[in-house]
Amino acid sequence: MQKINFDSYETTGFFDEMFDGDKKVRDHYSLFKDRLEKINWKKLNFLQHSTDRAQLSLGMTFNVYSDNQGIERILHLDIIPRIISGEDWDFLERGLTQRIRALNMFIDDLYNDQKVLKDKIIPKEMILSSETYLKQCIGLKPPENIWSHITGTDLIRGGDGKYFVLEDNLRCPSGVSYMLENREILKRTFPELFEKLQVRPIYNYSHYLRDMLESLTPVTPASIAVLSPGTYNSAYFEHAYLAQQMGAELVEGRDLVVKDDFVYMTTTKGLQRVDVIYRRVDDDFIDPEVFNKGSLLGTPGLFRAYQKHNVVLVNAPGTGVADDKAVYAYIPRIIKYYLGEDILLPNVQTYICAEEKDCKYVIENIHNLVIKQTDASGGYGMLIGPKSTKKEQAEFVAKIKHNPRKYIAQPVINLSRVPTLTEGSIEGRHVDLRPYVLYGKEIKIIPGALTRVALKKGSLVVNSSQGGGSKDTWVLDNNLKE
Amino acid sequence: MLSRVADTIYWMNRYIERAENYARFMDVNFNLSLEMPPDASEQWKPVVVATGDWDLFESLHKTAEKKKVIYFLGFDKNNPNSIYSCIVNARENARAIRPEITKEVWEQVNYLYYLVKSGVEKKRWQSKDPRNFFTEVKKGCQLLYGIFDATISRTDGWHFGKIGQLIERSDKTSRVLDVKYHILLPTQESVGSPLDLMQWAALLKSVSAYDMYRKKYGKLNSSNITQFLILDTDFPRSMLRCLLQAEQSLQAITGHAEGHTNSAERRLGMLKSQLEYADINDIFSNGLHEYLDNFQKKLNEVSVAIFETFFSIENIMNRN
Repeated sequence: MQKINFDSYETTGFFDEMFDGDKKVRDHYSLFKDRLEKINWKKLNFLQHSTDRAQLSLGMTFNVYSDNQGIERILHLDIIPRIISGEDWDFLERGLTQRIRALNMFIDDLYNDQKVLKDKIIPKEMILSSETYLKQCIGLKPPENIWSHITGTDLIRGGDGKYFVLEDNLRCPSGVSYMLENREILKRTFPELFEKLQVRPIYNYSHYLRDMLESLTPVTPASIAVLSPGTYNSAYFEHAYLAQQMGAELVEGRDLVVKDDFVYMTTTKGLQRVDVIYRRVDDDFIDPEVFNKGSLLGTPGLFRAYQKHNVVLVNAPGTGVADDKAVYAYIPRIIKYYLGEDILLPNVQTYICAEEKDCKYVIENIHNLVIKQTDASGGYGMLIGPKSTKKEQAEFVAKIKHNPRKYIAQPVINLSRVPTLTEGSIEGRHVDLRPYVLYGKEIKIIPGALTRVALKKGSLVVNSSQGGGSKDTWVLDNNLKE
Repeated sequence: MLSRVADTIYWMNRYIERAENYARFMDVNFNLSLEMPPDASEQWKPVVVATGDWDLFESLHKTAEKKKVIYFLGFDKNNPNSIYSCIVNARENARAIRPEITKEVWEQVNYLYYLVKSGVEKKRWQSKDPRNFFTEVKKGCQLLYGIFDATISRTDGWHFGKIGQLIERSDKTSRVLDVKYHILLPTQESVGSPLDLMQWAALLKSVSAYDMYRKKYGKLNSSNITQFLILDTDFPRSMLRCLLQAEQSLQAITGHAEGHTNSAERRLGMLKSQLEYADINDIFSNGLHEYLDNFQKKLNEVSVAIFETFFSIENIMNRN
């Protein structure tokens, strides 16, 4: 049976994470390459098949919203890992730490003193008119003045391999369970790959997460709950997984009641207090008394209990204002303003349609740009200029003209590629990178991430709802020498 | 523990127990149909009647043919109590309480799900001999009981699960016994005939009681069989034994070794006592069918009382 080789592997046109421009293997991939080339194709395909089965058996399934109900899918886990050098990672850690610190100061400022608006760093009306700016949160002081305790920043690498931040995801970022389970599955199906590579461990994420949640309340022992919209939510697997890993209660809105401004769970032995809620329900749905009146997912009075510091909500409500796609363009200035530092991890260049000059440019160059709706996510509501028809472009131009505040545009970035197992061969596929940042008393970044991969040849959309898959992501130790 | 979680574990186990019982009913009845003398008609209607879903069956099918019954009880999505529906529901419940159970329990529930899903996809009711399928379901459920007992801590969740399982088991044993009432023998004189005894043997097998009954009584006899299935204190599927064990779990939850302080304990205690002091001759002279019918009603009241005591959020709020 033929052994695996990379003889016909294409690297031209994009930044390939395994090979350089002369198709020489990069240092941090070389040991891995030697090891992979000792395996034959039949075995690799078999291992990929075992991986799919392991995911089904673990119940790592989700429903896609546009699909017929009842169709369960797994997020395809490609068996070939994505490897990041220790050096690159250490840089990412510094960049993320800087960014998350500044973003939290920014949110706290917006809901309290508004200095950043008074100093005209960012247009006042852009914030105050935004639907993501929650007036109910004005004057709030969350524990440690931290609003986004859990962040899942989306990073990409451009044509020269440089890292960029694409999105900040400060609300309820998901995917961390895939980061953790992908590693477990790969260790089981493909143990020989790990030997001597010194992959940094990630298993203690749940431990750190619990530590962080406990640090937000003076109550000991703290009663911690994960609030989920329920089993029909596409990220339910993750909610259950994290609750189980942390030994926290997995609750739904209907399991909670607020009495005298304290939050309780309804148990078989009566009411039991809850001190910290890691909520995976969006702001709008957590409390029908304050936000969406029709919400059945939330608990009436929850926000009041939170305002009185009788319960901690993680993340705090209102963080969405800082991961608004229009605000994104101002982040380099925001970092400078609060920290006096230049941004380490750059943004992708962004045109703000609300600004006249930018808007004109966007409309004229729509065929070369990616257009994004500022209040959408998951790959919905976007246009990829070079891959769109004239008709689609015209539709977007009309939408932009109608409501410019709702749109931004970015140049098309040819995401880097990583070797991926396809039908019968290994080919480069585009990827992004989502590391997870915890922020309690201090910032903690677990050396690992969710790598999302666009499985379709040539596709740049990595979202799971749009045919994306995932990869285990290995961060190597710095001193890798053999 | 959360009321919703307790409720969900309780029902998860009831669904699994129900699926296992149905699988056994059909396996046994299929065997029985092979042994029937050529002049006796096959008896599939009583199996449906025993499940309590005859009305639904009748609204869907004209005649109680073998294949139709096997489909209805095994694979029909429109029958909320079919094996397929029970396993799907059990899995949904397991998913909803995933943090409360072990990976091993979850994986086995999930395995059962894929088993019945493929059974439906492959139209196993059409196969000449669907017994393999039912045997797989039965073994899968039994394996799950073992994993549940071997890996779950004996906290309230385990006990609520146990109560669900035992109430369901006790109900199913009473229903199997009632099947005999619905089976029509060719003539009155046939009582005690080979055909009659064959049916009693099949009935014992339907609740996995054949071997243990033989060991205790040796010979088949309707009075002993009834005694064994209702009142035996050692056989794990007898109606009384199930209630005794359920009571132990209930006491573990409430912490009351003696005395009944809530309606769940009271109702269960009363029903158990009724069985403890029952005499098999009285049961027969008052009518076995009526007795079983009454038992099922009271057992249902126990289930309702458990809901009101532990799962109903209104009641919990009123108590606090």
